[in-house]
Amino acid sequence: MSTTEPTAAQRPVVLQLTDVHVRLSGSHILQGVDLTVRRGGVTALLGRNGAGKTTTVKSVLGLVPAAGTIELTDAAGRVHRLTGRRTHEVVRLGVGYAPEDREVFGGLTVAENLALAERRGSAHHPDRVYELFPELQQRSRQLAGTLSGGQQQMVAIGRLLLNDNQVLLVDEPTKGLAPLLVTEVAEVLARAAEEVTVLLVEQNLSVVRRMAIDAAVVDNGRVVWTGSASELLADADRTRELLGVATSAPLDESRSHSSSGAEGRTREDLPARRSRSAPAPEVGG
Amino acid sequence: MRSVPIGRFAPLVILVVLAVLPYSTLQVPVLFDGLLNSPGTLQLLALCLLFGGLALSYDLLFGFTGLLSFGHALYFAGGTYVANLALTELGWGLGAALLLTTAVGTVLPLLVGSVALRVSGIAFSMVTLATAQVGSILVLQDPGGYTGGEEGLALDRGQVPDAFVGVFNTVNLYWLALVYLTVVYVVVSWVTRSRAGRVWQAIRENERRVEVLGLRPYTFKLLVFVLAGLLAALGGVVHLLVLGGSTPRTTTSEFTLSLLVMVVLGGAGSRWGAVLGGVLYTYLDSRLTDLASSPAVQDLPEWLRVPLSEPLFLLGSLFVVVVFFVPGGIAGLVDRLRSRRRRGEDDGPAPGRVVEQLKDRVGAGMSGPRDGI
Amino acid sequence: MSTIVLLTVTGLGLAALYFLVASGLSLIFGLMGVLNFAHGAFLTVGAYGTWWAAGHLPGAGSTGWSFVLAVVFGVAVGTAVAALVELALIRPLYERHIEQVLVTVGLSLAMVALVRAIWGADARPFPRPEWAQRTTSLLGANVPNDRFLLIGTAVVVLVAVLVLLRSTRIGLVIRAGVENRTMVTALGIDVRKAFTLVFAVGGAFAALAGSLGGVYLGSISPGQGTSLLIFAFIVVVIGGMSSITGTAVAAVLVGLVQQYANYYAASGVGDLSVVLLLAVVLLTRPSGLSAKVA
Repeated sequence: MSTTEPTAAQRPVVLQLTDVHVRLSGSHILQGVDLTVRRGGVTALLGRNGAGKTTTVKSVLGLVPAAGTIELTDAAGRVHRLTGRRTHEVVRLGVGYAPEDREVFGGLTVAENLALAERRGSAHHPDRVYELFPELQQRSRQLAGTLSGGQQQMVAIGRLLLNDNQVLLVDEPTKGLAPLLVTEVAEVLARAAEEVTVLLVEQNLSVVRRMAIDAAVVDNGRVVWTGSASELLADADRTRELLGVATSAPLDESRSHSSSGAEGRTREDLPARRSRSAPAPEVGG
Repeated sequence: MRSVPIGRFAPLVILVVLAVLPYSTLQVPVLFDGLLNSPGTLQLLALCLLFGGLALSYDLLFGFTGLLSFGHALYFAGGTYVANLALTELGWGLGAALLLTTAVGTVLPLLVGSVALRVSGIAFSMVTLATAQVGSILVLQDPGGYTGGEEGLALDRGQVPDAFVGVFNTVNLYWLALVYLTVVYVVVSWVTRSRAGRVWQAIRENERRVEVLGLRPYTFKLLVFVLAGLLAALGGVVHLLVLGGSTPRTTTSEFTLSLLVMVVLGGAGSRWGAVLGGVLYTYLDSRLTDLASSPAVQDLPEWLRVPLSEPLFLLGSLFVVVVFFVPGGIAGLVDRLRSRRRRGEDDGPAPGRVVEQLKDRVGAGMSGPRDGI
Repeated sequence: MSTIVLLTVTGLGLAALYFLVASGLSLIFGLMGVLNFAHGAFLTVGAYGTWWAAGHLPGAGSTGWSFVLAVVFGVAVGTAVAALVELALIRPLYERHIEQVLVTVGLSLAMVALVRAIWGADARPFPRPEWAQRTTSLLGANVPNDRFLLIGTAVVVLVAVLVLLRSTRIGLVIRAGVENRTMVTALGIDVRKAFTLVFAVGGAFAALAGSLGGVYLGSISPGQGTSLLIFAFIVVVIGGMSSITGTAVAAVLVGLVQQYANYYAASGVGDLSVVLLLAVVLLTRPSGLSAKVA
């Protein structure tokens, strides 16, 4: 997990969203999202509250009705069109999902929560989960609803690691967790990312900085910036501009970018930037 | 509606046509048996108009506010039985009976609503269903011999103005039903356009947003519940006069379900849709019953005769077909055809598409499924 | 004393009927968010299926094992109809709850009307095995055996459902689905299979209730299911909408209250007190008696 490594534009695409639109009860939430997730490591999906990050993730899973094209390329290079598929079919193609509020089944025990997540037609790795989270093994017979937020997050992530996946969609895993737990969850995700691609929605920039290779910024239902995560975070002005937050900790590589990048919020600016960081996503059809 | 000036006058034109219709001696061969102004046809038409109004009062709850009540029959039946008791048992005049019915028709929904509206979603539906069941049980138990039990309660015509008595005065009952429909239509048009009407619509779309605005949805829901109940109770009086008695059929949950069918058939959330649904349902129910006993059907082979002998089978099936293939009912269909002709002009929700907007309301409330995602 | 025993056992018998209808309703509502108005029609179909089989199906009749065969036939028909309804009419309207409820409303009207069209509106005498017509002496009371048949069946069904829910994979899916249907699909599970299953199982229980209700009442009529359905709805709501154990407790409560009040107050008061019970429970514990599935 090296954040200094330059964006590996040559890494094959695993998930490709093209001109994705989502309309929900009259509002146009996603207005043409274009997003490329490349195999290996963590791609961070950033943006202000309400920008459309969670909706983007849900559109991949078919949890919201989406127009446009969403394609998954598996390890064997086969391309699966996800749009129009039912959620369980998308998941069975190897898309793991940990939702924003964890959504563990409170009335089920930890063991039942994990057993439920074992997918047919996939190898299961309960040992891997219990090895990563020994605490879950001790509490396997406890109702998940009685767990702490951090423990519930372990269950949610454990569910992802049970099966072999092509890509994991993880929505704000550190939200509402104590700082110590944030570190723990981040570590586990980082370990997971060594084996499987992760698309991570995250507000905590220090977590992003720790593990993300690529980053994409969503604003007003569009992807307005893509590129290397370290490049984005290195530029405090741009980060503030795009995310509406000040970077909390001093940046480790504080090379300040020229102001040309700071305006890089408009869509017009995007093609140039994209062509630099990600060549056209033409992967066999 | 705004862009079609004729649409504005259409109700008025229809009203005039309906008002002068009894003067016509037209023979409409297939649709009606006798002449248009024969008592039989006029009574059927009176029932159609009455149920048009009643369906509209139910639509006020279901279509305009999103309240799925399964107990609307209670207020309608309450109207017919209270008025009947006042006229027949107490020997009151029609005016006094009408006043009493108005009072009961206000207090009863106020009482039930104030309890039922404390819960929402399915629980609300269930409380209304259960309270209506109380009415049904009461009527069937025939306490003190006042309700007549299963036999129903015949109206003592002595207390009714002569104009509403006798076969030859059916035309007056027809006009009475027309007046009822007009009153309901005008009241509903007026209240749905008022501030309260806008709040009801907001409640239908998103109750929480109404709370955020600092309004109490409970008060507004109670208001519409009482208004719809009162309109139904008054319809009960008209029903009593048209039929010359009260029948326990009006107390049953099937009766409320048939109102739901009418509204969905015509188009929930559309005034004229609900009215048309009520008219159409009543007409079909009556005509299909006639058809079932006609020799043409009796001579059919059994596999055709059996289903055709039950209007409710045909209406129930028709309803399922409408829910599947004509979402938004007749009003939704008309709206789609109209907007296809002039696409993109109005972006607002089509009148009949309310059912879709209500999607999750039925699942909400109580400890039902909590779908967090 | 003997009156109390008789009332209690009869109340429990009634509770058993309510439970058989309400358990399916509550599973269907809990998992799918659908209030199934067609459930009463499943009951009617089961009752008429059993009645028909006892008269026409070779080997089936109204005594001993031949009656069991008739019941099995009725239950099979009810199950098949319920599964068919789910597959053909409910599934295409996936997640459109109001429309699903509307379809079940239309079905409830149409199916009952069809039964009436075929076999007439009048009540038909129902085959009753001889054993069920006899009485057993219990604590000084002569209790008709059909009560025990009802109670025994309901207990077996309750245990079977609990075992299904607690120790099978599909039961796990159902319990999870009641809590959060969407997340179940997001784990790669086709939750619609569970939908069809609960509909079929619910239809089977309703059909069973139809057959046993026929034994209990001695006759069947097309409208029977609908009138039982309203009380089953009340049981479901009191029981917490989606809980099997809650439904069982609520069924016992409703059955006993109804029997006692109808006897000690006046006929009809029992039905009214049940409605009152519903109002009290909803106003004091808006989520019903229980919020857990199994």
